[in-house]
Parts: sequence; structure tokens; C-alpha cells
Amino acid sequence: MDYVLIWAGLMAFAVFAYVVLDGFDLGIGLLFPFLRSESDKATAMNSIAPFWDGNETWLVLGGGGLYATFPLAFAIIMPALYAPLILMLLALIFRGVAFEFRWRTATAAGRRRWDLGFIVGSVVAAFTQGIALGALVQGVHVVDRAYAGGWWDWLTPFSVLTGVAVVVGYALLGACWLIYKTEDDLQRFCRRLAFGLAWALGAMILAVSVWMLFIQDPYMKRWFTYPNFWYLSPVPVLAVVVGLALLKAIRNGGELSPFLLTIAWFGLSYFGLCISFYPQIVPPDINLWQAASPVGSLQFLLVGAAILIPIILAYTAYSYWVFRGKVNPDENYH
Amino acid sequence: MFELFDAVLAARLQFAFTIAFHIIFPAISIGLAWYLMVLQGLWLKTGRDIYRRVWRYWIKVFAVVFGMGVVSGIVMSYQIGTNWSEFSDKTGPILGPLMGYEVLTAFFLEAGFLGVMLFGADRVGRKLHFFATIMVAVGTMISGFWILSVNSWMQTPAGYAINEVGQFIAVDWWQVVFNPSFPYRFAHMMLAAFLTTAFLVGGVAAWHLLKDRSNSAAKLMFSMAMWMALIVSPIQIVAGDLHGLNTLEHQPMKIAAMEGHFEGQQGAPLILFGWPDVERETVHAKVAVPKLASLILTHDPEGYVPGLNDFPKADWPNVPLVFWSFRIMVAIGLAMALVGLWSAWARIRGRLFTASWLHRVAILMAPSGTLAILAGWITTEVGRQPYTVYGLLRTIDSASPLDAPAVNASLLAFVVVYFVVFGAGIFYLFKLFQRTPSLNERDIKLGQPRKAAGITPIQGLHQEGH
Repeated sequence: MDYVLIWAGLMAFAVFAYVVLDGFDLGIGLLFPFLRSESDKATAMNSIAPFWDGNETWLVLGGGGLYATFPLAFAIIMPALYAPLILMLLALIFRGVAFEFRWRTATAAGRRRWDLGFIVGSVVAAFTQGIALGALVQGVHVVDRAYAGGWWDWLTPFSVLTGVAVVVGYALLGACWLIYKTEDDLQRFCRRLAFGLAWALGAMILAVSVWMLFIQDPYMKRWFTYPNFWYLSPVPVLAVVVGLALLKAIRNGGELSPFLLTIAWFGLSYFGLCISFYPQIVPPDINLWQAASPVGSLQFLLVGAAILIPIILAYTAYSYWVFRGKVNPDENYH
Repeated sequence: MFELFDAVLAARLQFAFTIAFHIIFPAISIGLAWYLMVLQGLWLKTGRDIYRRVWRYWIKVFAVVFGMGVVSGIVMSYQIGTNWSEFSDKTGPILGPLMGYEVLTAFFLEAGFLGVMLFGADRVGRKLHFFATIMVAVGTMISGFWILSVNSWMQTPAGYAINEVGQFIAVDWWQVVFNPSFPYRFAHMMLAAFLTTAFLVGGVAAWHLLKDRSNSAAKLMFSMAMWMALIVSPIQIVAGDLHGLNTLEHQPMKIAAMEGHFEGQQGAPLILFGWPDVERETVHAKVAVPKLASLILTHDPEGYVPGLNDFPKADWPNVPLVFWSFRIMVAIGLAMALVGLWSAWARIRGRLFTASWLHRVAILMAPSGTLAILAGWITTEVGRQPYTVYGLLRTIDSASPLDAPAVNASLLAFVVVYFVVFGAGIFYLFKLFQRTPSLNERDIKLGQPRKAAGITPIQGLHQEGH
């Protein structure tokens, strides 16, 4: 049994879980400037208040898990992405405390300040995560098991594009979450937003996918050599199908289906990204096996992960079930 | 301006600053979660409304503190990689899994049930809601278990080998997790968390008692807090003493710095106060009790106590800082025990709720636990320098290959953001403490129909409770 591959799969799952889960609650922050009334804002905030903390825990699992299972990758990626990661951490502070602070301040001006922190924090967190993705895809300069680049290497046109793509993607997730959780005017407004955002995300996925092929040879070869081409062609085809289904679901009054289809769309894009990456973990020089912890460490943590991750998924699902249904602005649990 | 400190010093300052802020929040979260659990259990058992009121009073504080703990904690887990990448590469195989277990067994548990605890009272039954509170409380302690195991392994590494690329790898996981200093550090820190919360609750209650002696909710809080002070403070002093003996065994140089002993000696005096002068290797203006250090540390008045000169001077930690932070911690611990005894005396005489000088002192002691925790951590963390993994990996060899301006800039950003955000948070906490606890929280709410997360999480229970 190859523990490295098992852990690569688990880490990929943890990152994906983070992207989708914190993605929709960061998305609420991205849509916040477009919500006019205080009641809409409160509804949007209440729809994610019980979940955001659990969602963000996947980010800690991603970081802590990488440290445990691929410490060399962690040790190279963190300094390589220094500025965007620090910005992301600071942004997450502002948006995290806003959940409590906006209700604690006594004045409307105070609330507007924390709402601004919530918005800016969400935008910066989403954008820097996209930047981090783009910078990693581009490759990282490594000499002797250590990052050897400068502290601005991450900033390129490609990483800016991926930054914008993630912002658009999270906003779409947020809009679809609100379609699911709200009714009437706010829901109709979110449908309009989601429809436009879905087109925008489609364009982004296309642009990033095509650009990525030209970044390094292995990416191009992975997709365009025989017989890979035939095995892998369902991925882009399915992405188009899901995208069209999503547009239709948003139009035709789907409640939960737009959210689930967006997740599927994210899943396909993410899967495509993983296919391009494999077997690298820090392109272009470090592969999964070079970066992995000794097998004893992988086994030790896998015992716990195998038992605990299903339990975590079960009680996470339970907490979503407890708060199921529409957010009722009159149901005042605050 | 971004070259103020060299990269390693800036990274050390950043870690010290961010973790000093962070540790305050989980320490209070641990204590408050258990306090809330006890209150809710008492309410379910007795049906007395007062427990529910006090629960509601502190749940809002808990929500704010917990939120700040989460966001400042995420910073810590990523900072290991951004600023200490060499350390990450070398210790990842051994410490990473412990942190992984912290996330899997504690963080998800806390976060998963926190939503139900804060917002779910009218959506789930009473018992399930109580169960959620228990899970959050247990989660806070499990989290402490793993992170203190990690810290203790760095202080007293055990069960490891070093592989061909210089990484620490585990030979015996049991020895790694239960390394020699871990049981002592874990007990000492959990007791500290409980005492910190007890004195915070006691201080807030005392302030309200000074304004209104008949406030029944404040009386309940004060009484519970003073029981904790009476019982837990002496236990903490014993635990601290045992922890010190363990440190003497494994990190004698740290003990020498804490005691201000430059020369190893038999029948060593206990230096109460003084000013350690590292250059001249002496303590100026010292007040000392003969032979007491030997008695405490070796249980023999003529026992040998090591001195700093037993070790290379280049490896000494910052002696005055360790010496003084240790004394501040001990002084606060003794003061806590005295307050506990004073409260017992007042309680026996039936004056617990009318002794206004006791209340004034209790207000003064409200932040004492926080200060003691900071002083204690400064003692142990500064005291293990110049190593990150004691005796094996030096701090200077642990840092990331970053340019000084990058680390200085991020240090500045963290300082500014932490003061703004957590300054505001602490301000809001004070506003929460100002609310008179006996008022029915529902009455407050009627005036402000949309208020905070967690403000009346137990609303459903309120209706059933009558």
C-alpha cells in the first residue's frame, strides 16, 4: 500500500473541502456590498454564522496536514507564498471577528466599519488564495530542500488571473448558497447575480485551463498525448455539461441544485488541476514521494484520519441538518 | 524602516507577539467552556433559573473570546511554515502528526458543535444542546492536550531518531506524545486556564456586587469563582513545583536562570529578589533565604543545585527576563491562593457577599490569571533558548530563508492589526462585563430586536423552563 498516494488523496480532499465550504461563506462576504437592506445583510450573515468556523477548520487541516505528511512541501510553499499567505491570515482575522463584533458595536457607524472589514477581509482572502494557487501552478524555485526565490515571485499575470477566478468562483458559491437559504426578493436578486457569475466563472475556467497548458511541458503532455487525451477528454466535456446545467438550474427556479451543480463544477475543475499536477507537489522539482514524511508518520496519522474523518463528516452533516431550511429573518435566535 | 531587525529576530518577535495574544483567548475559552458546561448541567439538574441566567451572561463572552481564539490560532499554524520553514522541514514528521491529531480530534469537534451550542437551543432538545456544550468543552481540553504535547516535545524531546536528510522521525510515538515534561506542563496549563477564568468571573461578579450586594446572579458567580480560587490555587502551586522539579531534571540551565544562580552550589539560597547581571555573573541587591533553593529543588538543604556556569555562556538564555517573569508568575500564584483563603474566611463568617475589600481585591485580580500565564510562558519559552528543539535544533537554524524586509513588514502588519482588532474585541468584552447579570437577558433584547450571535441561544429553553 502506498501511503504517500493515500495521503496525497486525503490532502487533496481536505483542500477541496475547504475551497467549497469556506468558499461559500467567503462568497457571502464578496456579495455583502450588493446587499442593500440591513435585514438582507443580517439574513446573509445568519445563514453562515453557525458554519464558518467549522468550514475554516479545513484550512487548518490543510496546513497542519501538509506539515505532517509533506513537510518539505510545507517548508517550501509557505515562504514562497509569504506575502499572499500573510495577507490571507490578516484578512481572515478581520472577517472572522466581524461575525461577533458587528453585533457588539452599539452604533450604526461601528457596524458599517466591521461590515467593511468583513467585505475587505473576504475579498482579500479569496484573492490571495487564488494568487497562491496560480503561483504554485507556475512553479517554485527550489535549491537544496529550500525555497530559493525572492519574496515577490508569486506576483505574475497568471497568478492575478487565478486570483480573480477564485474571487468569481467564491462569489458564485455564495450566491447559490443564498438562493438555497433565502426566499422572495433576496433570492431573486441572488439568482440574477448567480447567472452572471456563472458565465464569468465559465470564462475564467476556460482562460486558466488554456493558459496553464503553456506554463510547463508536463501539463501539456498530460492532456495531449495519446492515449491520455481519450481518457481525460470526459473532464472538459463534463465541465461544459455541468456549466450549462447550472445556468439552466439558476434560471428554472432550482433551490438547492444551483449550489450542488456549482460544487460539481468546482470539483471537475479541481480534478483537472490535480491531473495536471500529478505527481508533482511543488512544481517543477519536487514530487509527492520526495516531499512525503517517513512512512511511520504517515501510518500514525492515517489511523486517526481513517477513524475520525468519517465521524467529522457525520457531525458536520448533522450540524448542517440542524440548521436546514430557509433562514427566517423573523426567527430571532440572536 | 523594514530593516529594523534581522530576519531571525523579527521572526522571533513575531512569534512571541502573536502567540502571546493568542494564548489568552484559548486559556479563557477552556475555562469558560467548562464553566458553561457546569452551569448548564446544574440548570438541567435543578431547574433553577439562576443557572440559566448566568449561562446566558457568559455565553456571549465565550462567543467573542472563542472567535478571537480561532482567528489568532490559524495564524499560528501557518506561521510555523512561513517564518520557520527549516524547523517545519525537520520536525514535520514528528510534530506534524500531533498537530494533525489536534485538528481531527479537537478543532473539528469544537467548531462542529459550537454552532449548535450558540445558535441551536431552539432547534434541538435540551439534552442535545447540553451534549453540544459538553463536546465544545471536551474539545477545548483535547486541543490543549495535543498542543502542549507538541510544545513539551520541543522542550524535552523523546522517542525520536534523526534520518539521513536531518529530519526528526518517531521511533516510539508513545514516548513522543507523553514526553518527560508533558504531563506536568499539561496539568499546569489546564489549571492555569481554570484559574484565569475563575478570577475573571470573580472579578466581574465582585464589580457588580460592589454596586448591588443583593444581585443574586453576581453572588452565584462570585461564590463559584472563590471556591475555585480556594481549591485550585493550592493544587496549582503543587503542580508548578512538580513541573519545576521536572525542569531541573531535563533543563537544568533553565532552572539556573530562573533561580538566578550563576554558580552551581550545595546549600543554594533561594533568591527572592535582585537584579541578575549577566556580564559580571552576579545578582545585585539580592534578598535571599539561605539553603532554601536546595531544599525546594532537591528536598535536601545541602543538595547540589546547578548554576549557569555549568554550561557554555554562549548557550545561556536571557537571564533577567527568565528570572523576573518567573517571579511575577509565582507572586501572582501566591496572591491567588491568598485570595482563596481570604474568601474562605469571609464565607465562614457569612460575609462573602458583603466584604467590600475582598471584592475590590477580586476586581484587581480579574486579569491576574492572564498575566500569570504570559509570565509563565515567557519563563519557559525564553528559558529554552537558544534552541527550538532543546539541545538539538537551534533557533538560528530553524528560520525561513527570508529577506529581513519581508519579515519586518509582516511583523509590523501583525502588530497593527492585532492591536486594532483584538483591542476592539477586548473593548467589547468590557462592555459585556458592564451588563448587570441579574437582569433578564430577554428584557434587554426587547429593546434591540436584532443583536449578537449567541445572545439568546437558549431562548427555546427559556419558554420550556417555566
